Amino acid sequence: LLTKRIIACLDMDGGRVVKGVKFKNLRDAGDPAECATAHARDGADEIVLLDITATSGNRNTLLDAVRSTAHSLFVPFTVGGGIRRIEDAAAVFDAGADKIAINSAAVSKPALIGKIADRFGSQAVVVAIDARTSNSGFEVFVAGGRVPTGRDAVQWAREATDCGAGEILLTSMDRDGTRSGFDCVLVRAVAGAVSIPVIASGGAGSARDFVEVFREGRADAALAASIFHFGIENISELKRQLLEAGIPMRWPC
Amino acid sequence: MIAIVDYGAGNLNSVKTAFDHLGAQVSVTDAAETVAAADKIVLPGVGHFSALQVLDRTGLRKALLQATSDGKPFLGICLGMQWLFEGSEECNDLAGAGIFSGKCRQFPTSVKSPHVGWNSLIVQEGSKLLRGISPDSFVYYTHSYHAPVHAETTAVSEYGLPFTGAVERGNIFGVQFHPEKSGGVGLSILRNFCEL
Repeated sequence: LLTKRIIACLDMDGGRVVKGVKFKNLRDAGDPAECATAHARDGADEIVLLDITATSGNRNTLLDAVRSTAHSLFVPFTVGGGIRRIEDAAAVFDAGADKIAINSAAVSKPALIGKIADRFGSQAVVVAIDARTSNSGFEVFVAGGRVPTGRDAVQWAREATDCGAGEILLTSMDRDGTRSGFDCVLVRAVAGAVSIPVIASGGAGSARDFVEVFREGRADAALAASIFHFGIENISELKRQLLEAGIPMRWPC
Repeated sequence: MIAIVDYGAGNLNSVKTAFDHLGAQVSVTDAAETVAAADKIVLPGVGHFSALQVLDRTGLRKALLQATSDGKPFLGICLGMQWLFEGSEECNDLAGAGIFSGKCRQFPTSVKSPHVGWNSLIVQEGSKLLRGISPDSFVYYTHSYHAPVHAETTAVSEYGLPFTGAVERGNIFGVQFHPEKSGGVGLSILRNFCEL
């Protein structure tokens, strides 16, 4: 039986893991390699490392962090942030990532999705979508949530799938960091529109939120950051509660 | 020395990292001579079945088949396992090694594809590669095509239908999942391979 995945996300700034609310007010949460192995030991099914500053000047900081994290991590490892060209993706794979996540660059150049997929396989390409409620539905934002695109999130998820994406990482900007629950309406709309797995992100606060996003949102995986870093929710305890609620989980982990 | 065959399909770092972690001597290679000189061979790979064409063009196919018939332990991972079968619907023009009968096919449309994530492994008794692995262990998969269940299947997973998670005959082993990304269970399987 295929289980639902619990993914721990590390937002990285200048080589350190940080966490903010609605992409602002960043707080230090530790060393990426240490955080990643601790989360994996605790039962995380996957690790995502996002370089949230991602300026060209700190590419080497990111690659160093990817290398040291990959060295002792034996669960799937996704890296995102600042990947604009196939060369950027290749460098991140070379440093030990199993998948890359692309966001802004995929919106401006959808062909990049197919280029990376052709060379590294679709399974290695995660298209990250940051979306916020709009008058007509959900609008896609880029550049770390700063720039609106006028594009519809569901439409864009479909197009990204057609271009060769292997998974969609869908973040609700309205819920990010609020711990008020995932946006199940957004997740369900996208999960129902594409044939590839959808990872729900933004708003995780309690075990009940995860149950809801798997049941109501029909997510294939759910991602969280702050509740794991600061020990609000212990991953193995979370998984035990989800199992009790009837959600298939990798267990024991 | 374990040769990890590099034919340009996907990322071999994680396979190498896992064997390094276990203290095994590995060499990542695209040379038929290195394959011939190795004690054991790992054929990894993710992506499209057509990537396996490289094996035919470079003489690696011959070296790999020679190694398997010489009795060297051989482990195909993901696409590397699919190569051990007759072929795949993903690329009908390209023949696999044909060591195991049957062809790899797409999943039914009733399930999302690719099949991504941790699935349980129903382990049959008597497998050398999977010795000590609990019957309902979870392993990480990411693939769109699957190999049929077979007389020599040693572990089955289910996704829309039952398919081959692991297969073996004598010195030849294949796993559809990624042991290098399957936590402690995966490392135990790779350790078993090292200790063969």
